[in-house]
Amino acid sequence: MKQQLEQMLKRALEEISGADSNEYLENIRVKYLGKKGELTAVLRTMGSLSAEERPVIGQIANEVREKVGAALDGARALIQRHEADRRIASETIDVTLPGVRTEFGKTHPLTTVINELCDIFSGMGFAIHEGPEVEYDYYNFEALNVPKDHPARDTQDTFYISDNIVLRTQTSPMQVRVMEKQKPPIRMIAPGRVYRSDAADATHSPVFHQLEGLVVDKGVTMADLKGTLEFFAKALFGDDVSVRFRPHHFPFTEPSAEMDVTCFKCHGKGCPLCKGEGYIELLGCGMVHPRVLAGCGIDPEIYSGFALGIGLERIVMRRFMIDDIRLLVENDMRFLRQF
Amino acid sequence: MKLPYKWIRDYTDVNADAKTYAARLTMTGSKIEKWENYADNIKNVVCARILSVKEHPDSDHLMICMMDTGAGEPVQVVSGAPNLRAGDLVPMALDGALLPGGVEIKRTVMRGEESRGMLCSMSELGLTEHDCPYGDPNGILVLPAEFGAKEGDDICQVLALDEEVFDFEITPNRPDCLSVIGLARESAASFDRPFSLHEPVVKADASDDIRNYLEIEISDPDLCPRYAAAMVKNIRIEPSPKWMRDRLRAAGVRPINNIVDITNYVMLEYGQPMHAFDYACIAEKKIIVRRSRDGERIVTLDGKERELWPETLLITDPTKAIGIAGVMGGENSEITENTKMIVFESATFSGPSVRTSSRRIGLRSEASGRFEKGLDCENAMPALLRACELIGELGAGTVIGGVIDAYPNKKQRRVIPLDPAKICAFIGADISEEFMRHSLLSLGFEIDGYDILVPFWRDDVEGTADIAEEVTRIYGYDRIPSTLVRGETTKGGFDARQRFDRVLERACLAAGYYETKTFTFIGPRDLDRICLPANSPLRLALPIMNPLGEDQSIMRTTPLPSMLEAVMHNCNHRTERLRLFEPSMIFLPQIKDGKPDVTTLPLEKKILTMAMYGDGDFYTIKGNAEAVLRAADAEDWRFLPCTDDPSYHPGRCAAISCGGQIIGRCGQIHPQVLENYGIGVPVYAAEMDMSALYALSRSEKIYRAVPKYPAVTRDLAVICDERIYALQLEDVIRAAAGSALEKLELFDVYRGAQIGADKKSIAFSLTLRSPDHTMTDAESDAIMANILKRLGDECGAVLRA
Repeated sequence: MKQQLEQMLKRALEEISGADSNEYLENIRVKYLGKKGELTAVLRTMGSLSAEERPVIGQIANEVREKVGAALDGARALIQRHEADRRIASETIDVTLPGVRTEFGKTHPLTTVINELCDIFSGMGFAIHEGPEVEYDYYNFEALNVPKDHPARDTQDTFYISDNIVLRTQTSPMQVRVMEKQKPPIRMIAPGRVYRSDAADATHSPVFHQLEGLVVDKGVTMADLKGTLEFFAKALFGDDVSVRFRPHHFPFTEPSAEMDVTCFKCHGKGCPLCKGEGYIELLGCGMVHPRVLAGCGIDPEIYSGFALGIGLERIVMRRFMIDDIRLLVENDMRFLRQF
Repeated sequence: MKLPYKWIRDYTDVNADAKTYAARLTMTGSKIEKWENYADNIKNVVCARILSVKEHPDSDHLMICMMDTGAGEPVQVVSGAPNLRAGDLVPMALDGALLPGGVEIKRTVMRGEESRGMLCSMSELGLTEHDCPYGDPNGILVLPAEFGAKEGDDICQVLALDEEVFDFEITPNRPDCLSVIGLARESAASFDRPFSLHEPVVKADASDDIRNYLEIEISDPDLCPRYAAAMVKNIRIEPSPKWMRDRLRAAGVRPINNIVDITNYVMLEYGQPMHAFDYACIAEKKIIVRRSRDGERIVTLDGKERELWPETLLITDPTKAIGIAGVMGGENSEITENTKMIVFESATFSGPSVRTSSRRIGLRSEASGRFEKGLDCENAMPALLRACELIGELGAGTVIGGVIDAYPNKKQRRVIPLDPAKICAFIGADISEEFMRHSLLSLGFEIDGYDILVPFWRDDVEGTADIAEEVTRIYGYDRIPSTLVRGETTKGGFDARQRFDRVLERACLAAGYYETKTFTFIGPRDLDRICLPANSPLRLALPIMNPLGEDQSIMRTTPLPSMLEAVMHNCNHRTERLRLFEPSMIFLPQIKDGKPDVTTLPLEKKILTMAMYGDGDFYTIKGNAEAVLRAADAEDWRFLPCTDDPSYHPGRCAAISCGGQIIGRCGQIHPQVLENYGIGVPVYAAEMDMSALYALSRSEKIYRAVPKYPAVTRDLAVICDERIYALQLEDVIRAAAGSALEKLELFDVYRGAQIGADKKSIAFSLTLRSPDHTMTDAESDAIMANILKRLGDECGAVLRA
């Protein structure tokens, strides 16, 4: 009987290993382990065995049941895995077909640059201020040391609302507005729209953007102005950019300077873009004129400061190699999508 | 300001090459934009003598010349010029020569005769009659013997074209640098070389006295602090000599005749505008400087009659005006070929006065541009004497003895203390006192102990900050160290409102909208285009006094026209799907007597403007606007039907209400408006007042416990009249359900035969929850029953069976 059982086990395992579906396995289970199965049939004949044989054969029979059961479980798992593999394989798709599009909008390139500048200056402790675009002549000119009939007014063709109200020609009135309200230490920038009565062409626009900067405190020096702006230029254009300060004139700063940066295109070698100079003018700056400080109620004998003004279109155009300023206000989707 | 290097070097021995010179002057404050040498345009053109002239055998207008080019064998050239004469010295472009405009000359054969170059006229050399008054403009330029040129000499040398000419960008605070002397002084200081001023020596007829001929009266000394005059008799009007013409031409000034050229020459050299009157035209031997009278008129040198504004400063005689002070002379006193005696004027006029005159008359001259900047009174006399000296040098006439100098209040020199420690502390550089003194002296300052005497020509230097600039620009901005600001830490970055603006912008970006930038001024017709009625308050926009055009003449009171302009542009370029937004500034003026008040600032408001077309409808823009409201953490927002906005479709427009306040609009643009813009697709837009939204947004966020007990979900479909808005039903449901209602969502609207005409079925999904226990069926049934009852009572809605 022992032999009979061992042969049955061998047969069953062979049949299981050859099975390729769950149904077949079920048939095998019924055939051997079912109520009318072979093992059951063998066990039924156990009564005819001697008392000594009975536990031995019983143990063997149990082993056979366990082994067949385990083999069946293993085979089932295998088949399930195969079936899953087949199903997954049948689900193959063309991953190179286009994705379902979620379109995000984009900020205007000018905003992108303004945000970048705000981040750079914020990191240096500069607060960001905004102020009126329709501005009193006083703030736009007089408080900035440009009285009526000053020749400097000619260089800024001004739109007038009335004799005393203008469309601001620069963001510099924000210097005065901030100094009137806040006592030093002051560190602020003011980005914004400005206006000049220039007819629009590839390089001129009657509406454009500037960023004003102002630092006022005890002991602020021109060396601080240089250091701060160098830091800014490197943050904006990368560490390999170098800057150059040239004397210039603004009515509201003394001394005044213009800051040039190495040409974006030739990196200082000289090319048509920089007219062979290797440098490109980036911004105007200077030490706040003592008269401007005094006019805002800040004692120039105690405090000093520096100011800067950057034309933003210039930076945007250079960065993205845009050759016509009018593209910035045309709002063509084919343009806006590119940034 | 264009000046030749050589002229500057009359006053200083700076000898740096052009590139070094330009770089250094730029770094000390006189920016040189570019420089050029006219001779770079002309190569291989030499003086050649015509040896013989004979007719071309095969042409009735060409001639064959044998030329001596100074290089051995005579050379044959064919020319069509009418003034060919053997023995003349003329410019000849040799084989391979370059002429202005990039013209190259090659050896050629003309009708069978070889031509080894070209004889040049003045225009072929890029010159005019003003440059070469001795030449025939229609023929070959014949070089006068007095030039002392010989065969083979380079024409650029002979005509003094070989000059480095610098183009200076002079800032408006430095009118003294609009002159050879000013820039020579800057050059000398920049290169630490000596600067030597020339003292004019006038040879005058001492037996005669200007007082015999002229009297000067300044009636308005507030506008004319100084008026100096000299006189010249026996005038001979003729072209000025070559050296003077060459210099004027190099500086970009057209030579005219000796007298005019002298005034221009002195202006360039000294920076002092001069004027010459024909003495014969001055009545009663008297010049009066006074303000204009009512209705006075004058014909200026350019032949135009000009009506004068009151307050215009005039040069007059007792009977008439003979010039507008500082702007332009009168035609009635112009120098002509018949002029026998002249009066030289060297005066100083108030800058603002000249500026106003020239602006009002619409006439800007080289002189007015200089006077506007405020000139130095003390410069008037040296310039006058220099003009008289040149009269003698040129033999243009006899200077009458003496000058008249009306100078009622002599200018005082400004004194500024020298404070080296303060300057070093201000600049943040260690500059020695010795260096400071040395640079100030080189720039013409005088120093007495620790008092700096500011030169008369430096009105712009007012205090220690200016002195610091003078010293530092010579020291070199590049030698100042770079340091970072020290001191108290400051709170930087955006404030809460600015951060809020960015949140709104990000919501637009996330909804797929692209940011635009538009002009903030529009035209009144743009308001017509968006169908604003004549009495709309938005028509009360601030007008610009001097707009670039009618279409950019008012500050916008609504962002819609600019946005539609952008939509139109894209529609015209066949963009199929468009999503645009702009945080648009609008300008709402104060209203006074029914008009915009132009004496106070308007209210500036930022309106978040969104516009779209393609791939969506009203509910798309509404959903996008709702996304913005959610991002803003706005509370209690509602979209209410709005039928009276003339720019929007009356049946497809909603007013956006937030906290009971209308903060914007959302809807389909009115078809008439779209027609006005020529836009052929339905366009949807939303406008939201960003600062109102900020004020209404939930600024504080406080955690609420996550619910512990399960919710009950119930669906409810009711049938109501078509005229009932969904919002009305929602309001009733919310009121009836009370705090148990956690979420209410409309999920279906159905119209059809089973329901009946003018009826609709609206289905909602309700989420009910109790905070402290699991809601029972009985409780939710009671709530639903109450909702249904109130829907029936208040909206006439019944449960859909």
